[in-house]
Amino acid sequence: MKSLRTLKLAVRALRRNIMRAALTTLGIVIGVAAVIAMMEIGNGSAAAIQRSIASMGTSNLIIRPGTAASGGISYGAGSVMTLTPEDAEAIEQECPAVASVAPIVRVRTQVVYGNRNWVPYFIYGTTPQYLRVRDWTNLAEGENFTDQDVRNASKVCLVGQTIVRELFEGQSPIGQELRIQNVAFKVIGVLGRKGANMMGMDQDDVVLAPWTTIKYRVAGSSVTNVNQSAAETGSNAVNTLSRIYPGRESLYPAPSATQQADTPLPVRFTSVDQIIAAARSGSQIPAAIQQITTLLQERHRIRPGQPDDFTIRDLTELTKALSSTTVLMTRLLLAVAMISLLVGGVGIMNIMLVSVTERTREIGLRMAVGAEPGDILRQFLAEAVVLCLIGGAMGILIGRGSSMLVRLVLNWPTAISVGAIVAAVLVSATVGIVFGYYPAWKASRLDPIEALRYE
Amino acid sequence: MDLIELRDIHKTYHLGEVDLPVLKGISLSIARGELVALMGASGSGKSTLMHVLGCLDHASGGEYWLDGREISGLSAKERARVRNRTIGFVFQSFNLLARTSALENVMMPLSYAADHLTERQMQQQATELLQRVGLADRIHHQPSQLSGGQQQRVAIARSLVNTPQILLADEPTGNLDSRTSEEILRMFQDLNRRESLTIVLVTHDPEVARHAQRIIHIKDGLIEDGAFAPVGGGRSAVASAGEPA
Repeated sequence: MKSLRTLKLAVRALRRNIMRAALTTLGIVIGVAAVIAMMEIGNGSAAAIQRSIASMGTSNLIIRPGTAASGGISYGAGSVMTLTPEDAEAIEQECPAVASVAPIVRVRTQVVYGNRNWVPYFIYGTTPQYLRVRDWTNLAEGENFTDQDVRNASKVCLVGQTIVRELFEGQSPIGQELRIQNVAFKVIGVLGRKGANMMGMDQDDVVLAPWTTIKYRVAGSSVTNVNQSAAETGSNAVNTLSRIYPGRESLYPAPSATQQADTPLPVRFTSVDQIIAAARSGSQIPAAIQQITTLLQERHRIRPGQPDDFTIRDLTELTKALSSTTVLMTRLLLAVAMISLLVGGVGIMNIMLVSVTERTREIGLRMAVGAEPGDILRQFLAEAVVLCLIGGAMGILIGRGSSMLVRLVLNWPTAISVGAIVAAVLVSATVGIVFGYYPAWKASRLDPIEALRYE
Repeated sequence: MDLIELRDIHKTYHLGEVDLPVLKGISLSIARGELVALMGASGSGKSTLMHVLGCLDHASGGEYWLDGREISGLSAKERARVRNRTIGFVFQSFNLLARTSALENVMMPLSYAADHLTERQMQQQATELLQRVGLADRIHHQPSQLSGGQQQRVAIARSLVNTPQILLADEPTGNLDSRTSEEILRMFQDLNRRESLTIVLVTHDPEVARHAQRIIHIKDGLIEDGAFAPVGGGRSAVASAGEPA
């Protein structure tokens, strides 16, 4: 009741000089508006960056073969072929922190359709899981290839938007045949638009096909380390994927130990260029790395102390770096906005001091009719706080408005920030109390006799 | 016991090293329902005495009995309460709040005391008082739209809103022309007679003091005459009262 009355009194006192009240509160208005706009624009960019990073595959892990070294000369990462499709399968089955895995075989060569040709940035031979790993399952058209296609090394492919534009001139490519190194692939699906990745590479410039097809039909002729005889003698022993009817008894009796010793089979070793895996969530990435490392060390028979013949890279570092940059930027802007709030607060204190001097007689009168020092203190404090809260409210509106304007006019992403609004209200009330206290205290300490006499 | 009783009130201001005695032992009494004028030249200590009487200031020594209670030793906060409950002030320069309606000016003291009243009751009370001082049609006017006499009447209404026992008027007609002065003084007399309100007029103008039942003369911090009401009261015996000091 009493506080309500004090509040009313404060509003009344402010209404007596609206122009001055408005100018006084302008500092707070600008400060709060700046805070809100900064926070919303900052949040928006952070969210946008996070979204685009997520679409690049935030939780993706890339497993690549290790380094070959000969006579102390290292050939760099990926120079040995140590990863196999079985590794990919084992990872999927045995690492609980991994959601999905796909092996990748890469070639870079010319693609021809009709009288047009193009060299896609990525020609990936992989499994159907690839799209799930990359969070790319929303196809623009058509459908994904299947495990059956992988087993059969079917000549089917998915193409990215850039390929559609460059080779098919925007026409639907479904059912058309394009040639990769004179191997005809039927286009069965078109990928959704993905845009550039963090390095600025066009991720839509892609052709996806079963890895067996790429490996044995396309790359087979050009990559030297593929065991040609193995590829030609049938793909039934290449990996489990190439078994058309998994679980069936072998057609031939198992060779005895003597037979095996007499006819040593050539080492049939199929390698893939890399394996891409998706952890179940961003927080599971360390666990996934740990599990994959242990598994691959076991499978590749790497003794403790020996260097691994593979490397695992994750994008989280990049993600963290980028999002921490945004956080840093937002904080920086926030600091600037806070300074303007501070300046606004000093402005309020200034005007309140003037107001106390100007209203000395009023204070004297109020004291004469029985206002206690505490009443005067509360009244002036309430005025300052009301001023700040009104300023805060207007600031929120202007801040929201300007961030919407920024979104509409400049097309910057913004996101409403409830935290910023709450913070702005709290800060403006605090500014009111802190900077209103001194003038209010000064007013309450006036001697009523002196105050009444004041001219 | 009288409503107001001062016993040997001293007031000394300390200006650095120098002690400046202003009231040098004032004793007086004012009965309930009296209309008293406090007269003296400027510098005589009359304003200081009024501040002590009005609980705006505390005496350096002596006793102040107000309504049977010794109040010279009260803290600033307690004095504020006394001012609020028992004393009404009317000032020379009206001291109305600018850009505030007459009604709100009159209601203002209530906001520091009358927690039990609703906003509506407060408005009603203030409106009645404004009607009583003859400003029923000026309730929503601001001070700048009122004449001097009207402003002073608003101030009187304000001083009455807490139903005080004493009205202290400090040169209430100092800023008014003689005709308006007369009106205001009539009003004081009316209030005194009809509601037996105790009124103390502080003035240097004999013309104003003439309206009082008794005149207390003060000079150089001492009372010259008129400190005590003659037995039986009344206007006729005023001048003869002695000053015991």
